[in-house]
Amino acid sequence: MRKTCLDIICEIARKDDRVVFMGSDLGVATLNRFKEEMPDRFFMEGISEANVIGMAAGLALEGRIVYVNTIASFLTRRCFEQVALDLCLHNVNVRLIGNGGGLVYAPLGPTHEAIEDIAIFRALPGMTIIAPADAAEMRRVMPLTVNHSGPVYIRLGKGGDPIVSNDLSPFVIGKGLIMHEGDDALVVTTGVMLKTAMDAAHMLAAENINIAVLHMPTIKPLDQACVLEYAARNPVVVTLEEHTIIGGLGSAVMEIIAEANYPEPKRCKRLGIPDVFPDKYGSQASLLAYYELTAGNLIKTIKQLRSV
Amino acid sequence: MLTSPISIKEPPINTTPLDKRSRQFRIQMVKMLEAAKRGHMASAFSLVEILRVLYDDILRYDPKEPHWTSRDRCILSKGHGALALYVLLAEKGFFPEAELWNYCKENGILGGHPEYGKVPGVEASTGSLGHGLSIGIGFALNARYLKSAHRTFVIVGDGECDEGAIWEAALAASKHKLYNLTVIVDYNKQQSYATTYEVLDLEPFADKWQAFGFSVRQVDGHNIEELHGALAKVPFETSKPSVLICHTIKGKGVSFMENNLEWHHKNYPTASEIEALLAELERD
Repeated sequence: MRKTCLDIICEIARKDDRVVFMGSDLGVATLNRFKEEMPDRFFMEGISEANVIGMAAGLALEGRIVYVNTIASFLTRRCFEQVALDLCLHNVNVRLIGNGGGLVYAPLGPTHEAIEDIAIFRALPGMTIIAPADAAEMRRVMPLTVNHSGPVYIRLGKGGDPIVSNDLSPFVIGKGLIMHEGDDALVVTTGVMLKTAMDAAHMLAAENINIAVLHMPTIKPLDQACVLEYAARNPVVVTLEEHTIIGGLGSAVMEIIAEANYPEPKRCKRLGIPDVFPDKYGSQASLLAYYELTAGNLIKTIKQLRSV
Repeated sequence: MLTSPISIKEPPINTTPLDKRSRQFRIQMVKMLEAAKRGHMASAFSLVEILRVLYDDILRYDPKEPHWTSRDRCILSKGHGALALYVLLAEKGFFPEAELWNYCKENGILGGHPEYGKVPGVEASTGSLGHGLSIGIGFALNARYLKSAHRTFVIVGDGECDEGAIWEAALAASKHKLYNLTVIVDYNKQQSYATTYEVLDLEPFADKWQAFGFSVRQVDGHNIEELHGALAKVPFETSKPSVLICHTIKGKGVSFMENNLEWHHKNYPTASEIEALLAELERD
């Protein structure tokens, strides 16, 4: 997903000389092609995230479209005020590409895991948050970021994630994608957890339980109409995200449902990472299992809620 | 050593007289304070001559076309000095002078800190310290990319230089050899709580900027000729960013405000305080 993302930045920069790339201190040879072909639009500015965001804002105020790439936890935590003021308050066209969204950096521990990145940025006026499910979806969304107005955060997965998205519907920033139809339960998910939700949907279908899977590659602005439409016809709503249950997709969906005032209350559950710093290493997959962000637990949760 | 010969541990002394124009700007600021009942007075008083020289003689701009692409960019990174900026921008015609009396009013455009998109002539929203220099580097890099001759000036406070982001930005400006970027430091040696020496000492300040790759000059920040002489010569060197350290007095121009921390930010000035301020400033 990351490679696809960076490759596309290179492609769009070739076509549009407003496009600039800026990294902090990325891996050796990152985007070498960009650097060789367009050296005056390639910046590697050191481990100085606050300054990097400010510089990007300055370039964007002058009409550039700046793609900034570093580790997601540093982009969201370290330079929050620069993102809030320099980017969001000025509403500039800077795209933040966060490596290792969620538990990707499990072996590196809690300093590097980005499990509250969505919550942090969701609170900022004007910020757009996108979490593609796989590299194919990344390829569809990235060209749309060029002319999108205002700052955008793009959350990257680990890479090599299985392809589960499809191009049956055109990608539109701010629109949800219905990936599986059903009216026994609604699962709302984002990013790479779409795969887990789809696995659960297929397993449940074999038991004649049909769930709707709503994929929200754009978490902000969230497609409220789509949530309301599918929640209205399902008695059970479960959200699934590789993120703390505080302030992320689950919170956003439940805020909408709470204010919808359905005549029959919905039975709801947010599945995500509990309110802790992960206390184990291992791998993204092992931590997802540890926090029960699995198809098995999703199925169990749906069945429990349906039987209430 | 580039450090000023001024004794750095004592309250700074500056006897440079203010001419009528400099006093007139301060009178306007006092009247804005009276109307709004609040303002960073002393922090703005130390800035007046710096801004006056910039907007009189150094910056290229067109107040009728504030987005003119070839204009010089000026960012007041110490956004709490906004009062001084507003009186200069009004005098130059960026907005009607009547707007000054709406300072901090609900529907006015002039807040306690300057905002981009609201105030014509303001290039970036500032207020939280340590942001303006990085944004200015973005401006300067773009100017170089475009091969445009326009320049970027960023005015920072001394207390603002406590922020690590300033020094991250200083490294970047030097790395990119931004000859088209000038940092102006309002070195009044006072911050909100106490002197800069007591809160977080910046000395040897000029040496620090030099070590970070800047070409450094120092002037009396209330002396119009010294300011003009230095700013007319930027860049000081052709392959380096420039910094002009301006030795100033917080509250300059009013005896009881000078070096008086109570006036860093003033809420609800009394009628007698306003009267005393005006009396000093109106004295010939």
